[in-house]
Amino acid sequence: MTEMTLIEAIRQAMDEEMARDPNVFIVGEDVGIRGGVFRATVGLFDKYGADRVIDSPLAELSIVGVGIGAALYGMKPICEIQFSDFIYPAYNQIISEAAKMCYRSNGEWTVPMVIRAPYGGGIGGGLYHSQSPEAMFAQVPGLKVVIPSNPYDAKGLLKSAVRDPNPVIFFEPKKGYRLIKGEVPEGEFTVPIGPARISRAGTDVSVFAYGMMHYYALQAAEKVAAEGISVEVVDLRTLYPVDRETILASVQRTGKALIVHEANLTGGYGAEVAATIAEGAFTDLDAPVRRLCGPDVPGVPFSHPLQDWFMPNPEKISSAIRELARY
Amino acid sequence: MELTKEQRIEMYWMMLLARRLDERAWVLHRQGKIAFHISGIGQEAAQVGAAFALNRGEDWVTPYYRDLALMICLGYTPREFVLSLMGKQGEPSSGGRQMPSHWSLRRANAVSHSAPVATQACHAAGIALAMKMQKKDQVVLTTIGEGSTSQGEWYEAVNWAAVHQLPVIFLVENNQYAISVPQEKQMAVRSSADKACGLGLEGLTVDGTDPYKVYEVVARAAEKARSGNGPTVIEARMYRITPHSSDDDDRTYRSREEVEEHKQRDPILVVRSRLEQEGLLTPEQVEGMEARAREMVDDAVQFATQAPYPNVEEGTYPVYAEEVRHD
Repeated sequence: MTEMTLIEAIRQAMDEEMARDPNVFIVGEDVGIRGGVFRATVGLFDKYGADRVIDSPLAELSIVGVGIGAALYGMKPICEIQFSDFIYPAYNQIISEAAKMCYRSNGEWTVPMVIRAPYGGGIGGGLYHSQSPEAMFAQVPGLKVVIPSNPYDAKGLLKSAVRDPNPVIFFEPKKGYRLIKGEVPEGEFTVPIGPARISRAGTDVSVFAYGMMHYYALQAAEKVAAEGISVEVVDLRTLYPVDRETILASVQRTGKALIVHEANLTGGYGAEVAATIAEGAFTDLDAPVRRLCGPDVPGVPFSHPLQDWFMPNPEKISSAIRELARY
Repeated sequence: MELTKEQRIEMYWMMLLARRLDERAWVLHRQGKIAFHISGIGQEAAQVGAAFALNRGEDWVTPYYRDLALMICLGYTPREFVLSLMGKQGEPSSGGRQMPSHWSLRRANAVSHSAPVATQACHAAGIALAMKMQKKDQVVLTTIGEGSTSQGEWYEAVNWAAVHQLPVIFLVENNQYAISVPQEKQMAVRSSADKACGLGLEGLTVDGTDPYKVYEVVARAAEKARSGNGPTVIEARMYRITPHSSDDDDRTYRSREEVEEHKQRDPILVVRSRLEQEGLLTPEQVEGMEARAREMVDDAVQFATQAPYPNVEEGTYPVYAEEVRHD
């Protein structure tokens, strides 16, 4: 076991997959000689060369569109979108092309590719370096949407994503890139895309979260445990397809559900989790389902107090848990 | 590279077969037997010329929806086309999932495309990038209408191909209208090939009603691409003789006189009289071709009419590559 940061785990996953499969290549802005603006690809350019770590023109739609073409030919692109805020020019290629290719060609063509994109706020990034657009992708059949919350999962899930025969959108909690550390075993392992994970067992309240908010949810659970509230934390990990079984089983145990994400409340991923619970565990509920999310404003504001107002954090999560526990 | 007499006759045959098939689609639509048709009438010469310049079956194509004649040259059969018109089972582009003329033919390296225009140009660049990475002796032909060269997708694809000197031929089928909007409202240049010089690659304009001229220009571009000298933009000029689609009424935006004038220069008529004048074809031989085309089209309609529709269950898959059925 080695302790490493989230971003080190991501880099290691790419390195190992590139060593394993010569068809794997990286394409994106500044991924080459610079090693990425977050340094996710550092060292890979020197190791694998300019042909496999490609500095693209500054144009997101063709990073994805060209990646799709290469995937159709049998390559395995890992496309990096520098910030998830900049993914929208590529939205047409992702939604109209990558997601629909297999279905629309009756399986004649598939698009095995990974699109990595750092997401999330709390880093002073303002409206355009802080976004969490996962809900816009986690409702699109044909895509898989993955968000890791710790180095072990980041490495194992990214390796699974590279080996997956479908387009996988891999959102990385950038605030946690160096903040979140954890043990990662030596040697080969993968984490399957699909199942959520119960990261802390509890009996009073279920908290559903992913990425950075999962990290905070664990801190909040620890905090309220001292007050006698037993919290079960579920790391959703794969947002699409949805692991309804794990969600429902947890609510059946606790009878109370809190969903946390930093993306906007309305139409956010939490709405799907809440609907899942309403449909499948209504009679198990002892309290209304509660969502703690980013407010419905167009983006995370830059100025510190405004950013703090926007972002969920361990304190806000703890308060929401206490309210639910008291209900 | 010089075309043989047999090849020149074969090219006319392909144009003729595509035309008669296309005309029958209009009839089927007027008879209420199909829901939709989008036509390539008037564009066959350029498509056949380009197809014959390829190493068919080896080279790749990312086509667009007017490419019936191109697809016929790649081995797409009249039966397959009418199956797609009727949304019948066994239709190879999509198994009845896509609208007609949204091509895909895996066995011919013809990639599935969608309806949002210009997305296929990026795929062509990506396929060519993969070919270059794998050091293959192949090229990609991608086709598009002149209106769709207004899309950023097209510029990004051409730019990518130019930066990386990729083996792509960007063939613009300039039929002078994008539904109702004429060329002068799409671009300030006289030919979309003129856009190429701004992106650092060669741009050529050719008479798209002459299949033999188009062949020459595309064959040269293919040779250039194969020898590592990068992409070419080729605009083939022609006229869209029919309305945009079976749902369009072109009387609302262009005069009958204009359309009539172009019908007099219909490439089917022009090429026929040229081959007759050169003594390559007799009127009797042409009549024989017409009879053969009629027979094939009749057979295709009969075959597709009797073919079953997909089972409703087929609509449920394959959303993901894991669900592809190989039967």
